[in-house]
Amino acid sequence: MKDNAVLEMKGIDKVFPGVRALQNVDFTLCEGEIHALMGENGAGKSTLIKVLTGVYVKDGGQIFLKGHDGEVHIKSPQDAQNLGISTVYQEITLCPNLSVAENMFIGRSKSATLNWSQMNKATTEILQSLDIPATATMQLSNCSIAVQQMIAIARAVDMECKVLILDEPTSSLDDNEVAKLFKLMRDLKAKGVGIIFVTHFLDQVYEVCDKITVLRDGQLVGEYEIEKLPRLELVSKMLGKEMDDLSEIKESSGETQAVKDEVPVVEVEGLYSNTGIKPFDFYINKGEVNGFTGLLGSGRSECVRAIFGADRVVGGTVKVNGKEVKIKAPIDAMKNGIGYLPEDRKVDGIIGDLSVRENILLAAQVLKGFLKPYKKSEQYKLAQEYIRMLSIKTASEDTPIKSLSGGNQQKVILARWLLTHPEYLILDEPTRGIDIGTKVDIQKLVLKLAGEGMSVTFISSETDEMLRTCSRLIVMRDLNKVGELSGDDLNQSKIMSTIAGGDK
Amino acid sequence: MERIKQRFVISNIFRNQLFIPIAALLIIFIFNLIADPGFFKVTLGYNNAGNPLLNGYLITILDYGSELAILAIGMTLVTAASGGQDISVGAAIAIAGSVILRVLCGSDSRSEELHAPIIVAFLIACVVAALFGAFNGVLVAVFKIQPMVATLILYTAGRSIAAWINNNELPIVNDVRFTYFGGLIPGIPIPVPFFIAAICVAIIFLVLKFTTLGLYTQAVGINERAAKLNGLNPVAIKILTFVILGLCVAVCGLIKTSRLSTINYSVIAKDIEMDAILAVALGGNALGGGKFNMWASILGAYVIQALTTTLYKFNVKSNALPAYKAVVVIILVVASAPIVREKAQEIVKKLRAGRVEKEVA
Repeated sequence: MKDNAVLEMKGIDKVFPGVRALQNVDFTLCEGEIHALMGENGAGKSTLIKVLTGVYVKDGGQIFLKGHDGEVHIKSPQDAQNLGISTVYQEITLCPNLSVAENMFIGRSKSATLNWSQMNKATTEILQSLDIPATATMQLSNCSIAVQQMIAIARAVDMECKVLILDEPTSSLDDNEVAKLFKLMRDLKAKGVGIIFVTHFLDQVYEVCDKITVLRDGQLVGEYEIEKLPRLELVSKMLGKEMDDLSEIKESSGETQAVKDEVPVVEVEGLYSNTGIKPFDFYINKGEVNGFTGLLGSGRSECVRAIFGADRVVGGTVKVNGKEVKIKAPIDAMKNGIGYLPEDRKVDGIIGDLSVRENILLAAQVLKGFLKPYKKSEQYKLAQEYIRMLSIKTASEDTPIKSLSGGNQQKVILARWLLTHPEYLILDEPTRGIDIGTKVDIQKLVLKLAGEGMSVTFISSETDEMLRTCSRLIVMRDLNKVGELSGDDLNQSKIMSTIAGGDK
Repeated sequence: MERIKQRFVISNIFRNQLFIPIAALLIIFIFNLIADPGFFKVTLGYNNAGNPLLNGYLITILDYGSELAILAIGMTLVTAASGGQDISVGAAIAIAGSVILRVLCGSDSRSEELHAPIIVAFLIACVVAALFGAFNGVLVAVFKIQPMVATLILYTAGRSIAAWINNNELPIVNDVRFTYFGGLIPGIPIPVPFFIAAICVAIIFLVLKFTTLGLYTQAVGINERAAKLNGLNPVAIKILTFVILGLCVAVCGLIKTSRLSTINYSVIAKDIEMDAILAVALGGNALGGGKFNMWASILGAYVIQALTTTLYKFNVKSNALPAYKAVVVIILVVASAPIVREKAQEIVKKLRAGRVEKEVA
């Protein structure tokens, strides 16, 4: 162990059925250091943190902590806490209806009685020492989210933690609150606490961190001093640069670039929803495939959800085939020939207990109307047709969708939207969490559909997939549309530099 | 080969949702068969007015199970869509019944003739009950209040509202035609409530067949967010299920007041909400919402009535009835819990495996 290291993880392995979530990952945290843990979705960030906090038990590797001879074994969150490893999650995990002091001391007293005045006094001292604008007797829900977040941190710090993990603490804070949080982090750093900071906001990493560790696909890419890793390089390390030999499939589908002066199928102006995205403009032509790109949380999904009416739209106009339409709810979008395959298949896509057949038919049935149910025989015919067309692996049409594998569930949802014969189909991360074969199938299908005249917006975390399918990319950063790339600009390095922004 | 087929059929029966209510009904019948076969005797007799009627415990079950079966229809839909139950149906029946009497008798509680046709009174009660259903539905769907808590309001206030509608008087309907709905039509020996229930059941099956109500309520109940992204309006669908339950309540109000030709605000349809919820649970439907089986709920309603009637037959005092019922209900509900089913299936599998091994040996 290095002299000033408080935590050292060596060769950590973690295997889930079918996936190697972590492979031989090393991670070192020093005293008084703010260390960013970066990586895209599925890179293994949260798995690593869960191993460290005892939520998962590692399958291989060793963990060393300062002050403990030899390896430490963390088998439960309780173990981690006793060893001085504390975590503050994105969502506040305190009790909003208790007072600040109660929240600070909940679950820590071993005796049945409490000394209230002493507890309040101790809390006041901690709050003052960390400069947190709250009083001990305030009810927690009366504090702003940022202050609640800080109290969660104060609680962690007061439990004599040496390692503090902040898992996306800033995602629900505004700039002012973030500044306050950063001040607190710097104060703690000065006190010698080692902080692991997980975030997807690049600006924040460069503002407050000392070191960056990058993970990709469950493997360690490297550990870097912040000064030695410019943004562009960081993004390229996070995304990985390997170009794919499948990149020709786009050529084979021919150039479906739009003719100038054509009326776009869908055109939006200054659209924004209550999710915090800044107003954006967007259009798509007939037979075009375009995409939104950007890091996780950059507002890709929020944009397409606004177009589909899935979030509450606050302002802006949407035109379909040149005619202005009001889209207040998904049904309005569907009636205008728009389909949307949502990002989170489990939460927003599948109706788990219903059969594959019912899941395929749902959207088309809703469009057809309440009083016109599909006949049973017709239902089976259509379901069979799409099961065959997309080669969905299912025992029968009546199998509950939840018992299918992720990739096949995704195909069912895809079938659902194809059945509505949309003019414009939005696919938000259709390839996430599914096997390579299915991924390629879906990409080919997208190009085939576009060839038949459908307009498709394709969103993926994997840039190479986007490059392979899209003829135009809209780049998002921090909930803002920051660029649009097409033609010769469509290459990894240009995308990355646009995503990274800031100092080039 | 034949054997394998047989096994397949058996395991399918175990998995079928109708298994538990049918099994429960069989157990109750077998118990009666052993204790006193007189339970199954049906005789033709004449009532005070000289009309033919069938007597017997089975007829009683069909007669008095009607209200429960009708309520189970609405309760099943509400449960499926909102993942909660309406506990105000008893109080709402009091309101619906009170409205019917108010329209029929006007302000004169001892009126000799009807002030309005019965059908008008019934339709007005339907509107009122549907409005109260919509009120519950709005609380649940728009304001996202837990169904049990939301309907607690009407549960508490309903019987007072019912009394207030008739100025706290107890009107008596003197027209013999009004007694038909809860009694007998001259010449037909089977109680009318049974036919009304049959009509309601037929209507709901036609609705489920010729509309997409079933698909929509289940989709909303299973995954509201996904349902919304498929163009459904979960708020409207939830309110709709409460309105349908309101209509069921109005029908029950008609039957209940017709049985007595009058009303007792504090006793009418007392505790019926619990039996209706139980019917849904007994039918193996998840009380947390989602998939449902309407037949199973309706059958569940008659099982509960069979149980009640059996207990009455064995002279269980009416105030001790709930305790006995509770014991039976615990057994039934635990038996139908998924965790028990899975265990039972495992045991069956093991036993079978053992048998096969023996055969091989």
